[in-house]
Amino acid sequence: MKFRTFLRHIRVGSTNIIRNGWMTFASVGAVTTTLILVAVFLALMLNLNEMAKNIEDDVEIQTLIDLTADEDAVLELGEQLEQIHGVDTVVFSSNSDELNKLIEGMGEEGEAWKLLEQDNPLNHTFIVRAADPQDTENIAEEIEKLNHVDKVVYGQDVVDQLFKFNNYARTIGLILIVALVFTAIFLISNTIKLTIMARSREIGIMKLVGATNWFIRWPFFVEGMLLGILGSILPIVIIMVGYYYLEANLIGELSFSFVEILPYNPFAWQLSLMILVIGAVIGIWGSIMSIRKFLRV
Amino acid sequence: MIAMKDVYKTYANGVTALNGVSVDIQQGEFVYIVGPSGAGKSTFIKLIYREEKPSGGSIIINDINLAEIKEKKVPYLRRDIGVVFQDFKLLPKLTVYENIAFALEVIEESPRNIRKRVMEVLEVVGLKNKARFTPNELSGGEQQRISIARAIVNHPKIVIADEPTGNLDPDTSLDILRTLESVNDSGTTIIMATHSKEIVNRFKKRVIAIEDGIIARDEQRGEYGYEV
Repeated sequence: MKFRTFLRHIRVGSTNIIRNGWMTFASVGAVTTTLILVAVFLALMLNLNEMAKNIEDDVEIQTLIDLTADEDAVLELGEQLEQIHGVDTVVFSSNSDELNKLIEGMGEEGEAWKLLEQDNPLNHTFIVRAADPQDTENIAEEIEKLNHVDKVVYGQDVVDQLFKFNNYARTIGLILIVALVFTAIFLISNTIKLTIMARSREIGIMKLVGATNWFIRWPFFVEGMLLGILGSILPIVIIMVGYYYLEANLIGELSFSFVEILPYNPFAWQLSLMILVIGAVIGIWGSIMSIRKFLRV
Repeated sequence: MIAMKDVYKTYANGVTALNGVSVDIQQGEFVYIVGPSGAGKSTFIKLIYREEKPSGGSIIINDINLAEIKEKKVPYLRRDIGVVFQDFKLLPKLTVYENIAFALEVIEESPRNIRKRVMEVLEVVGLKNKARFTPNELSGGEQQRISIARAIVNHPKIVIADEPTGNLDPDTSLDILRTLESVNDSGTTIIMATHSKEIVNRFKKRVIAIEDGIIARDEQRGEYGYEV
């Protein structure tokens, strides 16, 4: 395509958008609504996924060693742990290491626990990590069967619940979004149908004088794409502003907790780009539908 | 140039419009297509610019068989064929100049060539002074000459005219015929469907009469042959 022709298609496509007035407004509105929901949903999903992954990475199996086990038994247990299928690392942590960790974790209140240094009630512990966090549960069950194991502790429950919640959110979100996407596509294809009817005479003449089918189709693609892109402007503004405040407030109020959201830069930009692309795709899809149905070129 | 052989055309609703038509038209000929309404004239014309596809037989134009041509190639075929209609088919919001230029723009001609060529064809149809007018500001005859200008702007080898004088008074019709003759003089083949006895009998050309889907008559310098 010549550059001149490309400019022509953009010009004609833009003119159509202005000419269709209220229909343009309606389809842009539908795209906007859809994309706002898509954006909220995506931001939620991606953050939850990230959280689940972070927590999952932190999942370790604490194998508390029986207090009666002697040194040889502990060494033997360490070797057995390393041989379990799917185990990544096995680290020994003595009862004084464990106590130090506990004291550090408590901050100032931990001082009181220092009294226990003389007579440490904690177990020696093997800290086991799975190569794949999903295997954690199975590995923990294997470990429980071994000799000299007092107790096995791991945080799988939290991760499981997070994943479960994630799945529910995903299903509900997807149903909602699919319905909205179809509404938006339908409205866009109707808007373009109006253009096609308004221009039927022109299109007829174009065909007679030998315009290629693509030459005739292009302005409608441009129109659809522009409708989609116009519809993505407001959602992008909402992402850029909203996520900024969300991040600032969450950091302020939840700084001590384990909850961490994806950083504004680059996440807000990536999400905005995604929304822009989804908008353009919805627009092009709508135009393809009406071109196929109403423009027999 | 145009060779039809055993052409059949049956529409989806079962109506048979052409029932075995064979005809040869040479480059540079001027041919009238005459016959009663509904006899198949329009179908005959539409088959040539590939608005309709034949149901059987072959139509060969410039070595291309229209019965087999791919849909994608049709636009390129059309660039060799100019079409003129009874209702002019001009775009009312564009000026005369823009209407003609439009035909070149959509086939991606360069702006320089467009300017040059549009002024040339306006000269041919004698309306150079009306370039800035819109179609509504022109008479019917002038509008039809603009549509002829648009049909020939692309240097087509064939111009098809479907009842080009159908909406015009007799004097204006003669004007249009003179314009088409001058186009024909430059070597362009003209195929014109008409109901005008005066024109056919006055400007003697080859006459092909279609009746009930077949060629009833094919005469050089023929008469109209029907009572009006």
